[in-house]
Amino acid sequence: MTLLELKDLATRNVHSARGDRRFAWVGVVLIAAALAILPFALASIGTAWVRITNLAILYVLLSLGLNIVVGFAGLLDLGYIAFYAVGAYAYALLASPHFNLHLPFWVILPIGAGLACIFGVLLGAPTLKLRGDYLAIVTLGFGEIIRIFLNNLSQPVNITNGPQGVTLIDPFRIGTFNFARTETLLGMTFSGPIKYYYFLVLLVIVIIVINLRLQDSRIGRAWEAIREDEVAARAMGINTRNMKLLAFAMGASFGGVSGGVFSATQGFISPESFVLVESIMVLSMVVLGGMGNIWGVILGAILLSFAPEVLRYTVEPVQRALFGRMIIEPEVIRMLLFGLALVLMMLFRPAGILPSAVRKRELERRKETP
Amino acid sequence: MINGLTLGSVYAIVALGYTMVYGIIQLINFAHGEVVMIGAMVAYTVISSLTAAHTSLPPLAIVLIGTLAAIPVCMAVGYTLERVAYRPLRNAPRLAPLITAIGLSIILQHLAMIIWSRNPLPYPQIIQTVAYHVTESATGATITNVQIAIIVTSLAMMGALLALVYRTKLGIAMRATSQNQQVAGLMGIDINRVIALTFVIGAALGAIAGVMVGSYYGIAQYQMGFLLGLKAFSAAVLGGIGNLAGAMLGGVLLGVIEALGAGYVGDLTNLCGLSGWSDTLAQRCSSDPNLALFGSNYQDVFAFLVLIAVLVFRPSGLLGERVADRA
Amino acid sequence: MKTTRQVGFTVVAAAILAAYGCSKEEKTTTTTATPAAPAATAQPESVTVKIGHAGPLTGGIAHLGKDNENGARLAIEQANAKSVKIGGKTVKFELQGEDDQADPKLGPTIAQKFVDAKVAGVVGHLNSGVTIPASSVYSQAGIPMISGSATNPKLTEQGFKNIFRVVGRDDQQGPAIAQYLQSMKIKKVAIADDATAYGEGLANEVEKTLKAAGVNVVAREKTNDKATDFKAILTKMKGKAPDAVFYGGMDATGGPMLKQARELGIKSVFAFGDGACTDTMNKLAGEQMAEGLICSQAGLPVQAASKDFLDAYKKKYNVDPIIYAPFTYDAANLLIAAMQKADSSDPAKYLGSLQKISFDGATGHIEFDDKGDRKDAEITIFKMAGAKLDPIAVVKSGKSVSFADFMKGTAGGATAQASTSTTASASAPGSSASASGPGASASAAPAGEMKKDDAKKDAAKK
Repeated sequence: MTLLELKDLATRNVHSARGDRRFAWVGVVLIAAALAILPFALASIGTAWVRITNLAILYVLLSLGLNIVVGFAGLLDLGYIAFYAVGAYAYALLASPHFNLHLPFWVILPIGAGLACIFGVLLGAPTLKLRGDYLAIVTLGFGEIIRIFLNNLSQPVNITNGPQGVTLIDPFRIGTFNFARTETLLGMTFSGPIKYYYFLVLLVIVIIVINLRLQDSRIGRAWEAIREDEVAARAMGINTRNMKLLAFAMGASFGGVSGGVFSATQGFISPESFVLVESIMVLSMVVLGGMGNIWGVILGAILLSFAPEVLRYTVEPVQRALFGRMIIEPEVIRMLLFGLALVLMMLFRPAGILPSAVRKRELERRKETP
Repeated sequence: MINGLTLGSVYAIVALGYTMVYGIIQLINFAHGEVVMIGAMVAYTVISSLTAAHTSLPPLAIVLIGTLAAIPVCMAVGYTLERVAYRPLRNAPRLAPLITAIGLSIILQHLAMIIWSRNPLPYPQIIQTVAYHVTESATGATITNVQIAIIVTSLAMMGALLALVYRTKLGIAMRATSQNQQVAGLMGIDINRVIALTFVIGAALGAIAGVMVGSYYGIAQYQMGFLLGLKAFSAAVLGGIGNLAGAMLGGVLLGVIEALGAGYVGDLTNLCGLSGWSDTLAQRCSSDPNLALFGSNYQDVFAFLVLIAVLVFRPSGLLGERVADRA
Repeated sequence: MKTTRQVGFTVVAAAILAAYGCSKEEKTTTTTATPAAPAATAQPESVTVKIGHAGPLTGGIAHLGKDNENGARLAIEQANAKSVKIGGKTVKFELQGEDDQADPKLGPTIAQKFVDAKVAGVVGHLNSGVTIPASSVYSQAGIPMISGSATNPKLTEQGFKNIFRVVGRDDQQGPAIAQYLQSMKIKKVAIADDATAYGEGLANEVEKTLKAAGVNVVAREKTNDKATDFKAILTKMKGKAPDAVFYGGMDATGGPMLKQARELGIKSVFAFGDGACTDTMNKLAGEQMAEGLICSQAGLPVQAASKDFLDAYKKKYNVDPIIYAPFTYDAANLLIAAMQKADSSDPAKYLGSLQKISFDGATGHIEFDDKGDRKDAEITIFKMAGAKLDPIAVVKSGKSVSFADFMKGTAGGATAQASTSTTASASAPGSSASASGPGASASAAPAGEMKKDDAKKDAAKK
């Protein structure tokens, strides 16, 4: 696939005239340059910001994965974080002193993705006949079940080490190149987080490309058809069952891969990180950003990941200046704003910030019908 | 078993709230659990201030006053929810009200956290619990007066609700609206009012449930609504969503299943019975005769498993009528 | 023209980020430059050494995080007042306090912040669940870290040479309370936990010790940290008629559990770990039902800390320390003392002296073993009497001493005598001997080792 095709894909949701193509080129180059320099810019403020950015990118990956399920196929999944958990634990158990296995990451990540895929199918299978609200609740239930299992599989056979979590997880390693160490190459210092950053950006690009291709393929169109009207889709000869399962499976596998990277960067995981709130968070990123629109979803993820940091730096001083002390903690304000954002968005702009044109039409048309 | 019944009665009352709303407008009100929580919290404030003020009122009266204070607050919350968030979205695709409900749930939880603080709030223990022995033996089952009160109240509520729905004009209006909104409107029924009333009544029930939960467990916390709501919803689905008697039945059943399950799943899956099959197992069993595959920690899983099983195998529930096919 | 809009958007976003970055940098420099210590001796030869403190300053256990920070801050201020000299220069110490919100995900991030700010040492964190992930960042950067409250054994089992703690571990707390139960001649015990890292870890330790001593563990149940209904497992336990029940968990679940147990007619003695060793148990379970409960705390009760520390703390902050402040105070002082000994504030240079240090602090004599744990850490056993938690025994190095004897034998700190190993059990005579006691209830605050308590996570956090 040539770069030109790639660029065309990227601007698919944009109805642009010829002249705009040049702007798009410039835009792509600028963005690429910005991305490459970003970690160093952040590192000059503090490597902590690179870590925060890495976490944000992980959320971007998760949102892209959920976008397949919710955005493309229209299946409301409230238990998505379970796949993240599966991927994370797969990596943790296969690359830590827990079972004393230390497989390299390029072996484990595919295993993680595959395992998550299987769970995705397991989750999807019973829910094929369900719609809307029921599907949401069942997926929520599954998410919780998986978390409870992870939390309790320390008896009678210790598989996941229960609530204590798994520690001392290996970072990524290629031969002697260790991702966690700080190294100096060509006069520039690459700290651990910076190396992970590049890996993550690469991963994001790969997944975006996969998503774009999917969107345009027969599979993507089949999903769109199912989303709009399942009965008609079936009448048209689409095997809705397989398509739905495929959506779950693909979404899950992206979650699984992200989970593996998460494990490696943190070095320690426990069931605590995979609670329902996380699922809702990811869902909100997708919904608020713009369901079905890849760029909208990315934007949503970035906004919601950085929001807590931003809030922390603004809310505290403001409150202290106004009231002399902290009345409401930034975390609480963040959640309040978050809930409010969800409600307001649904009331006024249900298609999201950067809506996919198709969805926008869908949602607005429905609203008008009395 | 008694514990199961009590737990079940609690689930039942909350489930009634869910099922009422769903029956009318086919919407799962996720925020219902938070309404229950608010009821518990408001009652807590009233009860503890009355207790601290050392009034000479009998404890039962204090609890009643607390409940009476909680009910209008919850009704107001319910009404606001409906008016502000659900009414504009009545015709939107399923996703929108769902997300809105989640958002509202989060807002309510955090408002409660701000007002009442994060910490678990101990309910003043003013009612002396008296235990009655059900069986002859001293270590047999006991039932306390609080438990009896809960079960009785629960039944009373259901009775009242059934009377409301089947005997009064309002009830007829509700049933009509749930069957066909447009025609009901044409018949002169004020749809908006009926729907709002449904929410409000559901919220009132939720308030009572909240007070019961608070007094029974002695503790109230801003997060208690969530899991309770989820389980009550499972109960409603189990019994057949949209069906009042089903909600009661489902609630009680779920409570019993959970209680018995938590208590006995360890025994049921006790691995030591199989220790003949493996030496390591036998070895471990010699030091730990309680070794079980699934223990009581899987209690919460039951509710979810029940939910999934019902939705997969019998979506209309036990007593149910309708299956929501709309996306 | 959507493309231009998108491009413009990105450029603007990048610009904002850069601007933020610059302003943030300024902000960090300004916060560092805010002087805290009064002594601004314009000595040309003075150098600033930063010490970090991390703990939950917001959230459900914020009061404990603040308590810890206060302890560290007091130490820093006292050191500044003494004009400590290191490497020939007068040192001005500065405390950089950060909020980790008791969130494991923030542990490494905050640790990274400290590394970026080039602190010389870190006191913290509070929760084991946060300290453990953070410790690998500190280890990579070679910055020494001393925790005043993280009790999960795993922390020091990771093999990091620069991680220390000044409190006991859960695998010391567990056996301590188990031994105490044994001394009460308990034959049958039921054990439950709340399936959190802390609760399960503690309960497992208790189980191990009791089994090794031949006590019959008749039931081993689990619940979860958000449960409100324990009747199911309690009914099961009741059927096995245990003499005592141990529960590893927090007071938010321990209290209701006790209450429901009494309602069911269970008469056994209830024992808890430090998570439920609080005054709140009275409110949650009802004073009548909470009477007679046994619980343990890692470390000494506040009233046993040195009088100097207690007075100084009260003077500065107008409140009594809650529970772990004496430990963070000692931790900060340990860092400073090690720096003085090695005559350098460079972590690489003073780490060695820190490992070998022998120090007398507010919580007694401190030395570290080669894992970084405190040698001979103490565990205190309490009993609820008259709606107040009374310390009745102190267990040190596996030997237990009644509290009265402990207070007599020490002036607030040296090694305890191994005299009577059987403690005076039921009728705690030591209750009146809480002599040096500002606020006996102060020690019974909601306790130290929490992986995360329910108030914090759930609908509130990322």
